[in-house]
Amino acid sequence: MNIPTELRYCPSHEWVRLEGDIATVGISDHAQAELTDVVFVELPAIGRGVDAGDPTAVVESVKAASDIYAPVGGEVVEANAEVAADPSLVNTDPYGEGWIFKLRVKNADDVSGLMDAAAYQAHIS
Amino acid sequence: MADLKRTPLESAHTALGARLVPFAGWNMPVQYVSILEEHRAVRETAGVFDISHMGQFIVSGPGAEAWLNRMLTNNIARLEPGQGQYTLMLNEHGGVIDDLIAYRTAADSYLLVVNASMIDEDFAWLDARKDDGVTLRNESDSWAGMAVQGPQAAEVFAKACPGEPLPARNHLHVTGTGAIVCRTGYTGEDGFEFFCAAADGVTAWQRFLDAGATPCGLGARDTLRLEMCYPLNGNDLSPDRTPIEAGLGFFCDLDKPEFIGRDVLVRQKSEGPDLRLAAIRYTSKGPPPRAHYPVLDADSTIIGELASGALSPTLDVGIGMAYLPAAQAKPGTALQIDVRGRLFPAEVVKKPFLKK
Repeated sequence: MNIPTELRYCPSHEWVRLEGDIATVGISDHAQAELTDVVFVELPAIGRGVDAGDPTAVVESVKAASDIYAPVGGEVVEANAEVAADPSLVNTDPYGEGWIFKLRVKNADDVSGLMDAAAYQAHIS
Repeated sequence: MADLKRTPLESAHTALGARLVPFAGWNMPVQYVSILEEHRAVRETAGVFDISHMGQFIVSGPGAEAWLNRMLTNNIARLEPGQGQYTLMLNEHGGVIDDLIAYRTAADSYLLVVNASMIDEDFAWLDARKDDGVTLRNESDSWAGMAVQGPQAAEVFAKACPGEPLPARNHLHVTGTGAIVCRTGYTGEDGFEFFCAAADGVTAWQRFLDAGATPCGLGARDTLRLEMCYPLNGNDLSPDRTPIEAGLGFFCDLDKPEFIGRDVLVRQKSEGPDLRLAAIRYTSKGPPPRAHYPVLDADSTIIGELASGALSPTLDVGIGMAYLPAAQAKPGTALQIDVRGRLFPAEVVKKPFLKK
């Protein structure tokens, strides 16, 4: 199971990549494997304000719909139209082209409070 | 979990890395690698499903034909030995207890293949109404079952069972080793169901894999059957809905003088049912429709809920079925599906979704 060390993780299996005050969010390799074939991604509206833990996007497999939660508070500044057009990107490239949305974070320190790769590895094993 | 029943093929599923989930009281493979790939394998080549969870009843005796004809909707007298038919078992109100396949295996002997979730209830219902001169046996635990489905199913059979004839559609053949081969299925593709002694199950399964069939789980089985509008008992069939409402009147012989539920069907057929199970298709891209999502008319009034739903892997569009007021169950009727508070446009279409 691929768990990049440069990312932070939530217990609900989102990953976060912080660059400046922009946090890119997707779901982990473990999560995509558990979900199996992703067939639909519902993206958040640009400009929407979210608090940590808010359901912000929905990823749907053949069998189930799963909420994707905002890992930290902020404002949605971008959503990945590519992944809406081709939801299988979540399966094939969860940390790359399969990213889901970007937040302008309220407080960058919130990201460092999330799990690092080692803690997430322990969380899923 | 401790109470879950285990199929004779479970060790083979585990070895293949299947994801096992509880279904109808059984620990069953929902998928091996990918529901979408397994679905495609059945549409394009051949897949094999474990159907050991399904039930097998043996009915025999001189009174068996007359008795079964009162218990089931279709006309069992029409079957020659070796022939089978889709049929339904109804309650006194005409509601569906179960849908099943009945085969005449000999002049006075029948095999009923029933749904896994209904084995105990079906058996109790039948046993309580049994005539003198009729023997009813539940052999469900003795058999392993596999369904091989897809355009290459016949080739798989020829390789896996050399020298054995593949029976004609809706016919059955008993092999030299006592296995039962039924030319039927639940996917819309050519194929057969194969029942053998539980102890021989893993060997037969492996033979079908070696002959080129892709192992397929219940996830693909569900999307495949829904594309064909084949009902799933518990979703699309229920004790509160009749076969007339479900669009299965073809399998109910109202010319038979008597069967349980007949009066209700006769009345519904002449007056027209209030509800009909409609096939519903999105008119644009949208999230997968799923069971219990509300169905609304064009004016956004709720008129029903989905009994089944999925994103069709073959058609790449949302499909589902719902019981709707008969006037709104006509092809072309504009509808909307409520997905978590958002409305997606859809319309009633002719069954099945996938024209074969």
